[in-house]
Amino acid sequence: MSITLTLIGQSITFLAFVFFCMKFVWPALINVMQEREKRIADGLDAAEKADKDLELAKQRASEQLKEAKAKAAEIVEQANKRANQIIEEAKEQAVVEADRIKAAAQAEVDRSVSQAREELRGKVASLALVGAEKVLGASVDEKAHSDMLNKLAAEL
Amino acid sequence: MASEGEALTSTGYIQHHLQNMVYGKLPAGYVRHNADGTHTTLEADTWTLAHTYQEAKDMGFMALHLDTLGWGLFLGLVFSFIFHRVAKRAKAGKPTGLQSFVELVVEFIDNTVKDIFHHKNKLIAPMALTIFCWVFLMNLMDLIPVDWLPWAAQKISGDSHLFFKVVPTTDPNATLGMAITVFILMIFFNIKEKGLWGFTKELTCHPFFAPKKLWYLNILLIPVNTVLETVALIAKPISLGLRLFGNMYAGEMIFILIALLFSAGIVLGVVGGVLQWGWAVFHILVITLQAFIFMVLTTVYMAMAHDTHDDDH
Repeated sequence: MSITLTLIGQSITFLAFVFFCMKFVWPALINVMQEREKRIADGLDAAEKADKDLELAKQRASEQLKEAKAKAAEIVEQANKRANQIIEEAKEQAVVEADRIKAAAQAEVDRSVSQAREELRGKVASLALVGAEKVLGASVDEKAHSDMLNKLAAEL
Repeated sequence: MASEGEALTSTGYIQHHLQNMVYGKLPAGYVRHNADGTHTTLEADTWTLAHTYQEAKDMGFMALHLDTLGWGLFLGLVFSFIFHRVAKRAKAGKPTGLQSFVELVVEFIDNTVKDIFHHKNKLIAPMALTIFCWVFLMNLMDLIPVDWLPWAAQKISGDSHLFFKVVPTTDPNATLGMAITVFILMIFFNIKEKGLWGFTKELTCHPFFAPKKLWYLNILLIPVNTVLETVALIAKPISLGLRLFGNMYAGEMIFILIALLFSAGIVLGVVGGVLQWGWAVFHILVITLQAFIFMVLTTVYMAMAHDTHDDDH
């Protein structure tokens, strides 16, 4: 229990271990720990950023959805309008066509009537001629009287 | 544990446990008493192992406590080896097993040092780590039953009278050796940070200093300051070393006293076993606390060495 050289020996040992620790142990461990700390901090930052991005993306998605819905509604409305327009046009066309057909039919009728009239007129003339022949009992010079008869037929 | 020549008394047992294995110089003309009763007179200065308490005492300062130094070195190497291996293999990724434990210790030390020491010095934190782990390991040897390792050493060496003290921190040489190293570093950093003049001023102009008007009072105050500050300065390493030594020595002594019960019959032996277990559990706290105190005080002293009193003078 006396103070001996051991004191100095222990001092040297102590310094040697402290030096070893300072050179080869402490810096390496502290570096590793600091690096991990940084990594964790970066990871947390990234997570936060990702959260924010997600929020933004959600917002954008909902906006786009809204826009798309609005556009769809517009398109449907336009389509409806167009359909109505087409129907209107078709109706108009039908009316026009009907009118046209009616007019054509009318023209046909008119043409038939006038034709029939012409025929009748011709027939009347010839009938009148035949009747007159019969009445007169004599032959009528067809050439002499045809102008008169034609005039008569025209007057009919 | 005593040799055939001595009676196995309680005093002898305790004394034997408190004696270091001393390797030292015996002067020429020294008369050695051998175990078989013969005497040998040394013709020249001889470096040898002390066989008796008297020889150990007569070696004086020129002696090495082989057990203290050996266990200190071994435990320091254990600490250095484990921490260095972990430090070399450490990855910044997920830590596992031993690395987690080592990082836990390092972080604990780092935080403690950062709380106390606010200057830039690359030595302080590693020194705190070394002190904490090394002192803790040396204290931990106290928990090994007191007879195991000495018994093993006696069997291995074949010398039934071999002195073998296992706990380095129960040797004042070990604790004071560390404390004196801390003291030298303290002085070194004091002078490095404040300059020789600043350090001298701190020793002579604190805590009492008269203002300029009463300058002549300082002639009286400076000697007072010097005495006070010097005592305070010297007391630091002494108290640092003796605190650790005292605590561990007392703990070891109680273990030895408890161990005495084992030879006093089966009932007392069982009581001794229970007591030893209880004291060991309590001692776990003591050894950790003492290691921590040694580390914290060292850091505090280093911080004081770096702190300059800018507000005064």
